[in-house]
Order: sequence, then structure tokens, then C-alpha cells
Amino acid sequence: MRASLKRRKAVNGFVAVLCTAAALLALFLLASILFTLVARGLPALTLTTLTVSMAPTGENGGLANAIVGSLIQVGIGMLIAVPVGIMAGTYLAEYGRGSKLAEIARFVSDVLLSAPSILVGLFVYTLMVATTKTYSGIAGAVALAVIAIPIIIRTTEDMLNLVPTPMREASAALGAPMYKTVTRITWRAAAGGILTGMLLALARIAGETAPLLFTSLGNLNWSTSLWKPMASLPIAIYQYAASPYEDLVQIAWAGALLITVGVLAINIIAQLVVGRGK
Amino acid sequence: MADAAATGSQALERPRRAHLPGGVLSADLLFTRSVQLTGLIVLLMLGAIIVMLAMGAWPALAAEGLPFFWLPQWDSVNERFGAGIMIYGTLITSVIALVVAVPLSVGVAYFLTEILPNAFRKPVGMTVQLLAAVPSIIYGMWGFFVLAPWLSEHFILDVADVFANIPVLNRVFDYGSGNSIFTAGLVLAVMILPLITAMFVEILNATPVVLKEAAYGLGATRFEVIRDVAVPYGRRAMIGAVMLGLGRALGETMAVTFVIGNATRLSPNLFSQGATIASTIANEFNEAGAGSLKLSALLGLGLTLFVISFLVLLLSRRFVKPRAGG
Repeated sequence: MRASLKRRKAVNGFVAVLCTAAALLALFLLASILFTLVARGLPALTLTTLTVSMAPTGENGGLANAIVGSLIQVGIGMLIAVPVGIMAGTYLAEYGRGSKLAEIARFVSDVLLSAPSILVGLFVYTLMVATTKTYSGIAGAVALAVIAIPIIIRTTEDMLNLVPTPMREASAALGAPMYKTVTRITWRAAAGGILTGMLLALARIAGETAPLLFTSLGNLNWSTSLWKPMASLPIAIYQYAASPYEDLVQIAWAGALLITVGVLAINIIAQLVVGRGK
Repeated sequence: MADAAATGSQALERPRRAHLPGGVLSADLLFTRSVQLTGLIVLLMLGAIIVMLAMGAWPALAAEGLPFFWLPQWDSVNERFGAGIMIYGTLITSVIALVVAVPLSVGVAYFLTEILPNAFRKPVGMTVQLLAAVPSIIYGMWGFFVLAPWLSEHFILDVADVFANIPVLNRVFDYGSGNSIFTAGLVLAVMILPLITAMFVEILNATPVVLKEAAYGLGATRFEVIRDVAVPYGRRAMIGAVMLGLGRALGETMAVTFVIGNATRLSPNLFSQGATIASTIANEFNEAGAGSLKLSALLGLGLTLFVISFLVLLLSRRFVKPRAGG
């Protein structure tokens, strides 16, 4: 008995050591990523980088056109995705209970949520680029919207499901029609959660590279036309990081730092919104 | 009785509608129709993705027939395209990622839920979730500029030396470069580590405290409580979490494209350059002319990837309980 207890305690201690080692290793790896990001990105993150457009090596280029391109594409993508995502999520939570169509739509939304983002790029390529015969900023925005929509649907539905049914009943008892109950009562009750979902979708598409590769393509020059190839931060990072020139690689790191800080900031804001709601 | 209830509800409903101004009724109908329409749009979106990929892939599929899905050839010169090499690359990198990431995640989750002092659990847990949100291109850059050079200097040669005289293993761990299938697998592992860990922590924390207290009451050690109570309790959800991680790894583009070398040839050597479906599409798409057989073959690769990730999703749904309302 005594020997076995000793052995069990030893096993327990051994596992604790092993798990602590695993945690330290994971921490080391992730710290290495963040450290590299800051150490290489911060020195290159100058005013020039932020205000000058991309340029060939040796010409002191920056990322201004890529930053603006990203803002435009992500902005339009969200403008498309937010109404569609919230409405579809509302349909699933409020109208589609027990309906076959809603069940299929929910499954389809989950499939879209897990589909590799590069496939969305291929889809929008065949849909918009192959047909219009030109890469365009709008195609990039649509690709980002397709990625954001299932994220917003999922969070909207989940948040609406958390709203207690008696609130809907109280609204109906006062004579409010269904659409008023949804827009004035359940949407309001779930507003914090829905906003969080929107922010998470925003953070996700801001860092997406693969769906933009063959939709907006990237552009070395300043261009805000939605119908022409448009630069974006992730694509600029990809192009610069793969180049053999040290000055371009440095700018790529600055862009990487910029995008990571942006994405993490949006995530932190999203967490704060959730925290306030509770 | 049932009849009476039915007429009762009808009687209630009729005057209500009669008293509503016509505008309200049509607004209600309009709203109902528009939310239904968006539900339909989502359905059509997936349908369109499948149809577009299949239509675009048709010429390449017709050229090779069904063997397209397994032929290990990718010959741009003679225009013979098959998905075999990339399917192998996709599966092997994902398997490496899981083999490395899952045990580590279990360890980290155990550490976060059981060993770490209570005060640190929430901030550390939040940090893990934040890391899961870091864009994948960052992992790719780190792999390319930090991990790959380190591996080629300190790891690959030594490991290849160790296995040099052991049959079979000397083919699997042969001399190679820092940009390799193995490196891609490791980068994927680091990328899905926060994702899986966050889910594991949630699952372990969901074990009813009463069950754990009962086990402690019987004299179980901390490790025994986790092994014999918490893990069996959350086993299905944990398998689902691993499947979700697998899904992420299979379809990942940027983290892999940077480090795998993008060589479309088949080799048993894990330290050799290779290609995954996603990396090949990302790497060769803009070289393929519109309407060319190669473009079609790349869309065929996309279709293949879609089928694989769909199957993994179905598997993961078998293990994770359907969501409320789902």
C-alpha cells in the first residue's frame, strides 16, 4: 500500500514537471515569435514606412498604399458581411427554429466557417476575376466578406439564443409585431455579443492573406480604384518578405508588426465588450 | 379540447391582426422575408463555391479521369496534372503538426488549469486566446526567418547523422534543407498550439467540480483526477478540438507556403522540400494563364482540399455535441 502511494505521488509529481516543461516550451516558442516581430519590426516602423507607397529596393519605399488598400477592402468587406451575417444569424435564432431550411443553412454556415480561406479566394476568382478579366479591389473585399459572414452568423445566433424567451413573450404580449420584438428587444439585449462577433470577424479578415492572392492581387502603386488591382498589407508583407532584399524584408517586418498589433488590439477591445456585457 | 384550443387561438389572433395598421403587417412580412432571404444567400454561397470549383476543375479532371485525385505527378511542361503529391504533403504536414501540438497542448492545458496559481489563470488564458488570433502569415514569416535557419544549423544534420545507418529511418530522416515538409509541420504545430490549448482549457474547466471533489475525496492525486475523471468526461469534446485543429492545419496557406519549399515531387524524406495543396495553389496560381489546363488543375486541387476539410468537419461534428438550437 505504502509503496504504491509513493509511486502514485511520484507519477503525479513527474507529470507536473512534464506539463510545466511543456508550458515553458510553448511560452518560449510564442515569446520567440513576438520578440522577433518587435525586434525586427519596430526599427523599420518609421514615418516614411507609414506615409510612402511601396517602391522597388533601394528607393526607400513604405506601406502607405498597402495600409489604405487594406482599410478599403476590409471596410467594404465588413459593410457587406455585417448586414448579411446579422440577418442570417437572426433568421437561424428567431425564425428558423425547427425548420428544415434553417437546419441546412446552419450546417452550411459551419462548413463555410471551417473552409480553408484560400478556397474562398479561388471561388471569388472564378466568380469575379475570371468574368471581368481583371483583378480588382472589390473582388478582394467580396472574398473577405465571404470569410467574415459565417463568423458573424455564428456569434449572432449564439448571442440571440442567450436572450431569455420571456423577454420576447413580454414584447409580444404588449402587442409588438415580430420584427419589432427582434429589432427593439432581442437585438438590443444581445448587442454586446453581436458587436464582439463583428470585431472578431474584423480582426480575422484584417490578417487574411490567402483569399486576396488572386482577387485583389496587390499593387505596387498608389491606387484607390475598386476596379483595379489593389494593394493590401498582408499581400505586401508576403511579397516583401519573399524578396531577397534586406530593405524590403525590413519593411515586411514593420508591416507584420503593424498588422499583429492591430489584430490583437481589436481582439482585446472585443474581450472588453464581452466583459462589460456580463 | 384540442379543437377548442385551436379556435380559441384563432379567435385571439384575428382581432389582433385586424387592429394592426396595414403598414405594420407588411413591415413584419418584409422583415421576415429579408431574414429568410439572407439565410438562402448563405446556402447559395456554399452551393456556388462547390459548383464554381467543380466547373473550373472539369477540364483537368476530364484529362486524367478519376486518377487525378491520387496520381503523383505535377508536370507543367507536358501538362499532366494529378493531386497525389500535394495530398501527401497536406496530410503529412498536418500529421506532424498534430503529433507535436496535441501532447504539448495537453501539457499546457494541464499546467494552466491545475498547476498555475489561481490569480494567473485568467490573464494567461486570455493571452493564449489572443495568440490564437495572430494572423497565420506571421507564423509563416517566423518559420522562414527564425525556425528554418535554426533547424538547418542545429537539428537536421544531427538527426540525419543519427539515423544514417538505420534502414527505412535513414530514408525518412535524410539530409535536407531548413525549408522542408518537417519545418512546415512544426510551424503548423506552433500555429494550432494556442487554438487547441484554449479549447482544452475550456473543456477541462467544464468538468463538474463535484466529480473532481469526489475523486479527491477518495484519495486520488491531481494527475489521477485529470486522467480518470476530467479527461474521460471531456473526451469527445477533446477529440472534436483536435479535429478542429486538424482542419485548420490542412487548409493553412501562408504559414506553409513560406517554409515548405514548394517542390512538387514525392520523397519519403521529411527533411526534403515538398508542397501542400494550399501552398501549390498560392504559389502557382498567378503563373497559370486564364483558361489553361494548369489553372483547371489548380481548381481541381481546391476541390480536393474542400472535400478533405469537409470530411474532417463531419468527423469533428460527430464528437462535439451540436450547439444549442442546432
